[in-house]
Amino acid sequence: MKRSTLFALLALAPALACAAELRVELELPGIAVSDYRRPYVAVWLERPDNSVAAHLATWYDLRMRNDEGKTWLKDLRQWWRRIGRDLEVPVDGVTTATRGPGVHKLAFIAGAAPLGELAAGEYRLVVEAAREHGGREVLSLPLHWPPSAPQRTEAGGERELGRVTAELLP
Amino acid sequence: MKLRTRFTLAALATALAAPLANAHEVWLLPSSTVLSNTGYVTVDGAVSNDIFHFNYRPLGIRDNLRITAPDGSSVEAEALTQGKLRTVFDANLGQTGSYRMAVTNAGVMAMWQEGSERKRWRGPREELEANVPADAAELTLRESVNRVETFVTVGSPTALTPTGLGLELVPVTHPNDLYAGETASFRFVIDGQPAAGVKVTVIAAGTRYRDALDKIEAVSDAEGLVRLTWPSTGFHYLSAVVSDANSSLRNADRRLSYTATLEVLPQ
Repeated sequence: MKRSTLFALLALAPALACAAELRVELELPGIAVSDYRRPYVAVWLERPDNSVAAHLATWYDLRMRNDEGKTWLKDLRQWWRRIGRDLEVPVDGVTTATRGPGVHKLAFIAGAAPLGELAAGEYRLVVEAAREHGGREVLSLPLHWPPSAPQRTEAGGERELGRVTAELLP
Repeated sequence: MKLRTRFTLAALATALAAPLANAHEVWLLPSSTVLSNTGYVTVDGAVSNDIFHFNYRPLGIRDNLRITAPDGSSVEAEALTQGKLRTVFDANLGQTGSYRMAVTNAGVMAMWQEGSERKRWRGPREELEANVPADAAELTLRESVNRVETFVTVGSPTALTPTGLGLELVPVTHPNDLYAGETASFRFVIDGQPAAGVKVTVIAAGTRYRDALDKIEAVSDAEGLVRLTWPSTGFHYLSAVVSDANSSLRNADRRLSYTATLEVLPQ
């Protein structure tokens, strides 16, 4: 093998081995009320014109009889407008059960569902939470794609969301 | 039977008179406008002095209510009850898509002279000839079509087709897709044709808790289009009144009114 070819292969190897990755950490605060219910949460990526680039996760109550947990999906108002009302739930690998208070880690690989291929440009990671007998909160984190170096953004919620961080790894 | 007739006449008179009086607001108020699942909504209807507060009369609802399903079929109102201050009904929304709930009162008012007596009659157009002499002296006729509407969507909004009678709102922006801070466009039509120069007034709910009505006003352009920017969330009362001489009756003027209850959501 020619030396130059070997160099070229070595240079290419990391790109092949690990596609860019989006890591999200989202904190659901503990809320000390007697009628606490786990919040419905949605995570998606949208373009500057509000169009949806990738629907990443929606957590809702899957345990209710007759799929009644769907009834409150509309309370994720922003998500309902952008995604939910045109969506047949459940969606494999996207919709899952609700989660309790704590820090939840999500990871998405470029090229693979549900993140898929993204065109280069500006995006917003949107995280929305809505809780029965509680409130609703939406956080939006700006991201630039593709990342040339590790990129980290964070935002802090005030009521229904704690700290949300988005990390892009090239 | 007699009682029933009297009740119906009284209801009809109220229904026709109330929007004409102009001093009162006429509205339908649904329990939800946006739903994830098929199922019931309940709706209040009233004629009031303050929008969305039951403080004057119930809305006269009989065969004048039409609930149009996304596929164009009709949904029957259930548990229709008329109280002293409001009327209530339920509707089972079994399909996904947009529903229109409309109370339409169309009728004719006639006034004429019989000797020294001033006569008045009010009723449906088909009964005019049977009740008003053809040679009535000093006859004045006024035809009216009053529509009171609201909209509810299960899932994704779908198209709403105008009926082609009287003054109507045709969505450009869907009436269940309104958000504070955004601008919505509606086309106003008369008998299905774009209506220019229609003055539209919008008032946000909760007038009891503020000093000013804070009306939003807009006038339709040549294509009948009205653009409204929503300053606040919540239910809004939209109304418009038009008079013209395009009655199908001879020598009659015509008054067309339209009101809609619209919910504006937060972003």
